[in-house]
Amino acid sequence: MSIERKGFRHLTEGSYPATHVVGKSVDKVDGYALVSGAPMYTDDIAARDFPNRLHGKILTSPIANGVIISIDTSAAEAMPGVRLILTWKNTPRTFYTTAGQGWPEPSPYDNQMFTERVRFVGDRVAAVFADSKDVAERALKLIKVSFKEEPAVLDADDAMKPGAPIVHPEDPKGAYDAAHNVAAHVDINVGDVDKALAESEVTISETFQTHYAQHTPMETHTAFAYTDDKGKIVIVSSTQVPWHVRRIVSRVLDLPMSKLRVVKPRIGGGYGTKQEILIDDLVACAAIRTGLPCEIELTRKEEFVSARTRHPMKIDMSIGCDKQGHFRALKMYVLSNTGAYGSHSLTVMSNTGSKTLPLYNKATDVRFFGDAVYTNLPVPGAYRGYGATQGYAALECTIDDLAAKLNMDPIELRKKNMIRVGEGSPIFEALGEGRQGVAQTIKSSSLPTLVNLGAEAIGWMEKRGKHVRSGHKVRGVGMSMHMQGSGIPLIDMASASIKLNEDGSYFMTMGATDIGTGSDTILSQMAAEVLGVTMDQISVLSSDTDLTPFDVGAYASSTTFVSGGAVVKAAKAVRNQIFSVAAEMLGEELDQQLVIAEPKVEWDNTQADPILSFYRMEDGNVVSVRSGKKVSVSGIAYRAYYEVNQRQIATTQSFVSPYSPPPFAAHFVEIEVDELTGKVEVLKYVAAVDCGVSINPDLVRGQIMGAIANGIGFALTEEYHFGSHGNMTNPSLFDYKILSRRDMPPTEVIVVDNYEPTGPWGAKSVAEIGINGAIPAIGNAIFDATGIRLHRTPYTPERVLAALRGKSV
Amino acid sequence: MTILVTVNTVEHFFDVQPDEVLLDVLRREGYLEVKGSCHTGDCGACTVLLDGRPVASCLTLAAKADGHTVTTVRGIGDQAHPHAIQDAFVKNGAVQCGYCVPGAITSAKALLDENPDPTEEEIRLAMDSNYCRCTGYEQQVEAVLDAAAQLRKGDRK
Repeated sequence: MSIERKGFRHLTEGSYPATHVVGKSVDKVDGYALVSGAPMYTDDIAARDFPNRLHGKILTSPIANGVIISIDTSAAEAMPGVRLILTWKNTPRTFYTTAGQGWPEPSPYDNQMFTERVRFVGDRVAAVFADSKDVAERALKLIKVSFKEEPAVLDADDAMKPGAPIVHPEDPKGAYDAAHNVAAHVDINVGDVDKALAESEVTISETFQTHYAQHTPMETHTAFAYTDDKGKIVIVSSTQVPWHVRRIVSRVLDLPMSKLRVVKPRIGGGYGTKQEILIDDLVACAAIRTGLPCEIELTRKEEFVSARTRHPMKIDMSIGCDKQGHFRALKMYVLSNTGAYGSHSLTVMSNTGSKTLPLYNKATDVRFFGDAVYTNLPVPGAYRGYGATQGYAALECTIDDLAAKLNMDPIELRKKNMIRVGEGSPIFEALGEGRQGVAQTIKSSSLPTLVNLGAEAIGWMEKRGKHVRSGHKVRGVGMSMHMQGSGIPLIDMASASIKLNEDGSYFMTMGATDIGTGSDTILSQMAAEVLGVTMDQISVLSSDTDLTPFDVGAYASSTTFVSGGAVVKAAKAVRNQIFSVAAEMLGEELDQQLVIAEPKVEWDNTQADPILSFYRMEDGNVVSVRSGKKVSVSGIAYRAYYEVNQRQIATTQSFVSPYSPPPFAAHFVEIEVDELTGKVEVLKYVAAVDCGVSINPDLVRGQIMGAIANGIGFALTEEYHFGSHGNMTNPSLFDYKILSRRDMPPTEVIVVDNYEPTGPWGAKSVAEIGINGAIPAIGNAIFDATGIRLHRTPYTPERVLAALRGKSV
Repeated sequence: MTILVTVNTVEHFFDVQPDEVLLDVLRREGYLEVKGSCHTGDCGACTVLLDGRPVASCLTLAAKADGHTVTTVRGIGDQAHPHAIQDAFVKNGAVQCGYCVPGAITSAKALLDENPDPTEEEIRLAMDSNYCRCTGYEQQVEAVLDAAAQLRKGDRK
């Protein structure tokens, strides 16, 4: 299979089973509703169903660090239309983490609904629920708060210094060393890296600093809660993690799970920021206290100031190798700024090493260590790439500088050291998500092809090192190489239920959380493929803690692989039940062990699914392999539900994998640096990606394109600016510049499918990997064009110009 | 104050405050296909057509629409009867989370009404104020080119 058109090439390496729905760019199942603006996002549903709901507004801290001496809400409470005011005085004091992660959460319990202490400009002080947004906003101004301001720590470099202000004096559970502002700490050793560096013929050591940036989903965080007719609190939330919302809110509000339901409608973008419990606790609490439906919809400014960001990191990277460029030592130290709260602090930092260093598995001696420190700045959290983005910024730029030192082509240096099929890395086992990892062996990889095709597409041989100049503009090319994961092995669990309808169609419920990615669509494709039906024969309902089975949620690039595994298992189990009835109807023998055996996700070329030697699915019929006879699935359903030996044909299956097969990518970029202004223009961007089998190539392309657009913005224009009090000074889409249609450079996506035997229909992940390339590839291209290495991001004209003029940046 | 506005060909009297913006009034009146995002005119999510011209409804005073015609994305086409642009967005994989899409399609409609055969650059320019954080824009631009070609063939509207 090979599809080629402008901006997109889809190729295949190796061979695997023919499919009829998987691998096709079918329409998104919610596509037509989305293009006609159907009321399907959280605020749409609130406005449609509860026009008289209460609106919540949050009073936030104007200071970076201090204590609330007094808070007087009486004037606000007296205002007509104000129904409820929440502060630390009247809310539960439970400590928790806002990070929507699996249990037990690996992030420190350093958060309370409200506290007497404020830790950054934008921290919660109070919340008002009123009859309208306008009344709520005016009431906020009537709340009198007096603060005792304390010195703040506004630079991660200062956080661990003696005498630094302590952000969390209460010493939260799960924080590594709160007395020194260390939220999390990692130290992983393989071999003896310092000895290896000392003995290496060639070494290089560099330090890189990445910056504060944000996801900026088009739909800001929105949630509402109401009481249903059985007294249950229902939270409808723009969340990536409905089950984690239910578990955490249940604990914070001391509410039994039987009294709490979380529903995820359509989500207007997440990219990680909605893997966080930011307002769900407030709307649920307010709905309980007032007995009325209550909603909070963050404004764009609140989203910037108070929601989540990407962890800025300072990374020290050292590599030791021989004169031929064979890596021996890799040493990475990370100082991660986790802001005022430690949400995802340990796990993002762990990923900075665990998702990057195994790519160069030829190094025998590796050390990865780091500290995630508290500061009085906005709170980072999960963000597409999840630490790997920052890690690659350092690793891939250092490799290019090492190549220059070795006088070697950077691609050649990478090829000598990159991981290949059949190989593992001790890092996989040593370092997981903040704890011990799981050993992995690469079973599929198109990486060598990706590098070759990408180099060809950008014109590497013709352009590299040529410094083509036109007036004060000079051109260069750069590249970088990446891997990510596909879910968290042996931790992430997903489940799916499928039941058969009498007309031979199916209803599938699953916990998998479609946040715009298209998971409802691709998971339906996987089920349709197993069941031998077209897409219109599968209808889906996802992400409702009452109506669908469990799933950890949409994060860690897990949905295609982990939720897909659950769907494939469920489809196979229900198919086998159908075969069993078919055998009855045809009067043929069928070993019941084959029917009830746990279905496999993995594909083994040498050992086909044994039940398929008796029956197969074909266009809504079951065909007997032995007799050639055929019965319709609809006929099977009617018989099973109304006629003989009646029973429901349905199943629930779950999937957890010891594997997390990494997708691979090679990014290439051609840029032009204006030496007069320092402006960097991206002339062409090429991303070559191996995500296993592309279940839906158009959606795969969209994931990669979106990640690149976000990545280029992160590399060139998107940056938080801070005032002297740690206050963000550019909290608007006018002042915080994301890429627009005209900003986007010509971009070519090359997808090289390669069947991953451990994945559902051969699939791996694709959501995150595409964001990791822009910083190192553009940085390396600037180096190629000008000989200047930038060690700080983003590559703004000011920074580039200063570097060109020989100033340190 | 009361204003008379024709929304998607239906005339309505709306009671509005003098400082209310069109976005808030439309959503209050049930036109939930108009999505709010930045409320500062920067992102284009709330784009509607005012007498056929695209405007940011978050910055347009509702009073300004008095006596005028407003078209939302649902007035361009709906699930049962999608417009060629909406079809093309679905067929080209141009929709991910979809939150920006009503605004983007509305801008595209205004463009194609005026220029039935736009270049890629003209599309990017006409829709430049419609931010999208999911798609990287490429498939949306292809969708508009595709829709324009369909419409020029004249076999659909």
